Amino acid sequence: MDRQKEYVLSTVKERGIRFIRLWFTDVQGFLKSFAITPAELEVALDEGVSFDGSAIDGFSRSHEADMLARPDPSTFQILPFTSGHAGVARMFCDIVTPEGDPFPGDPRWVLKQTLNRAAELGYSFYVAPEIEFFYFEDSSPATKVLDRGGYFDLTPLDVAQEYRRSTIVALEKLGIPVAFSHHEVSPSQHELGLRHTDALTMADTIMTTRLTVKEVAIEHGIYATFMPKPLEAVDGSGMHLHLSLFEGDENAFHDPDADLGLSKEARGFIAGLLTHASELTAVTNQWVNSYKRLVTGFDAPIFETWARNDQSALVRIPATKKGKIDSTRIEYRSPDPSCNPYLALSVILAAGLDGIEKDLDLPPQMGSDVLAMSSKERRDAGVRHIPRNLAEAIKAMESSDLMRETLGDHVFEWFLKNKKREWARYEQHVSRYELEEYLPVL
Amino acid sequence: MRYVAIYPEAPSPALTSALLQAGYNPVPIGGVADAGDKQPEAGWSSVVVEIGNDPDTAANVASKVREELTVPVLLVADRMLTRDLEAREGFDDFILTPIDPAELRIRLGRISADPPDMESEDILRFEDLELNTGTYQATIASRPVDLTYMEYELLRFLVENMNRVWSREQLLSRVWGYDYFGGSRTVDVHVRRLRAKLGEERASWITTVRSVGYRFG
Repeated sequence: MDRQKEYVLSTVKERGIRFIRLWFTDVQGFLKSFAITPAELEVALDEGVSFDGSAIDGFSRSHEADMLARPDPSTFQILPFTSGHAGVARMFCDIVTPEGDPFPGDPRWVLKQTLNRAAELGYSFYVAPEIEFFYFEDSSPATKVLDRGGYFDLTPLDVAQEYRRSTIVALEKLGIPVAFSHHEVSPSQHELGLRHTDALTMADTIMTTRLTVKEVAIEHGIYATFMPKPLEAVDGSGMHLHLSLFEGDENAFHDPDADLGLSKEARGFIAGLLTHASELTAVTNQWVNSYKRLVTGFDAPIFETWARNDQSALVRIPATKKGKIDSTRIEYRSPDPSCNPYLALSVILAAGLDGIEKDLDLPPQMGSDVLAMSSKERRDAGVRHIPRNLAEAIKAMESSDLMRETLGDHVFEWFLKNKKREWARYEQHVSRYELEEYLPVL
Repeated sequence: MRYVAIYPEAPSPALTSALLQAGYNPVPIGGVADAGDKQPEAGWSSVVVEIGNDPDTAANVASKVREELTVPVLLVADRMLTRDLEAREGFDDFILTPIDPAELRIRLGRISADPPDMESEDILRFEDLELNTGTYQATIASRPVDLTYMEYELLRFLVENMNRVWSREQLLSRVWGYDYFGGSRTVDVHVRRLRAKLGEERASWITTVRSVGYRFG
């Protein structure tokens, strides 16, 4: 038997594991899970476990309902936050058809395909996210914050320190190293910076992290949310992504002799991102609410520009410490933590690679100066606005060959159909704003 | 499989994991009757009783089980209670906390009717780290560490080949041995995860040798 499978079987036996949760992700980025017992594990590892895919958003239509979830034994991990119900482990799954072919609606497979394309060009893709989220007393629309703290604030304003600490302990037990964590700008808002890893592991890691943050919050009797903009007057939650490409041991983004230390590949990658930014925004910012974060007056990008160390640019080049070649990277600042990380990393990588392959020209740097320009000046300078709402983002995505090619027909079409429905529902909604503004006077 | 009855019903994790390591299958029991009900077909290999907050009840359970089921009994006691043991009867041997898994294995082996034959070459040790290459389990100070397969394999390789510097390429080809999405940066990522799981005090077991690679020990 494959040693990896043997490892899983032996650990389940030795550690008294009673349930193995099989995890996968639907097209919108919701974690799906079902549990099997140790008795079924060996068959599950060899053949996969069948389930009804028609019940999963973005999976099959009813005539092709049967799916197999095939656990990836390299992701076997005992879960630390099931206190009182010891003996639970999880594995991420790949979804295949009963014939054993990869299922094109499986976001993990979409990312693997894109990573294969990068590998053919000799690159491996590394990602480090900064994940922001809010704590509230509960999930009611009253959004009751826990504190009035701000950026880097420490006690007594930062009452959530203890929750953050237990979250980090749980993450480290799961093998997810946390680079930093602190209170963010807004009341009750927090940030976790994760250390970089390869993109597939990172997408799994982001899914695990979101669950862990929520589980730990529940244990403390509070609620954690990755909703992009829960509070109107303060900064929303983003997920800045630090990206780099490696060729073997070498950081392909680094060139000591080039301007800003950025290699030709890095410049091509940024150019690709800027070229395709509008098309991929529906994926990185997939909800109606996502666009309430990408507005002026807050620490969120508005225009599709790049700049060295400038918070208002869509692509920022972080300063690196002298001699730290490996940390040369670019930061993509529009995504929010409620995206599907598999799909988001796929479209970002595809856009960047397209820039490298087509040798696209990098426009000049533009930072906060863009904000002072008139819209005509911006148009003349070729600066585009990030899609202003989900409808604009859908429109930009719809006509993109790159998005269709990267996501595959199945995901591309299902995603657009689903998002159009979401937008149509939103358009018909009469909001609190309208009632408060208009009802008393009209 | 050799079954060991343990009392009380919620034994300390250190005892449970030490028993697992010693090759026994621990089964918690709630009392004398329970020990009879749960007795496996082949009988108990031995009974281990932790003397906790209620020494009289525990010692009573120990001696009754020993008499009624004719099975050897090992007591686990705090050092403070050594004197107390002097006056008691109805046990075959005792061990003091904190439990040393090796000591537990030897003592149980001496009193059990059917000691498991643990092949000691199956266990790799470094300070308080133990890797059981037969069962793929890792423990630190007798507490199990939850490792993924690749984390376990990397740690095993490093412990087996201590005090030697390994480059990332060497580790990738010796431990992973196949093409991996991550490339050789994967090694750094796994070392960091291993350090996180080993914990702050032990993270320095794996040292980074600048511009060369890693060394264990």
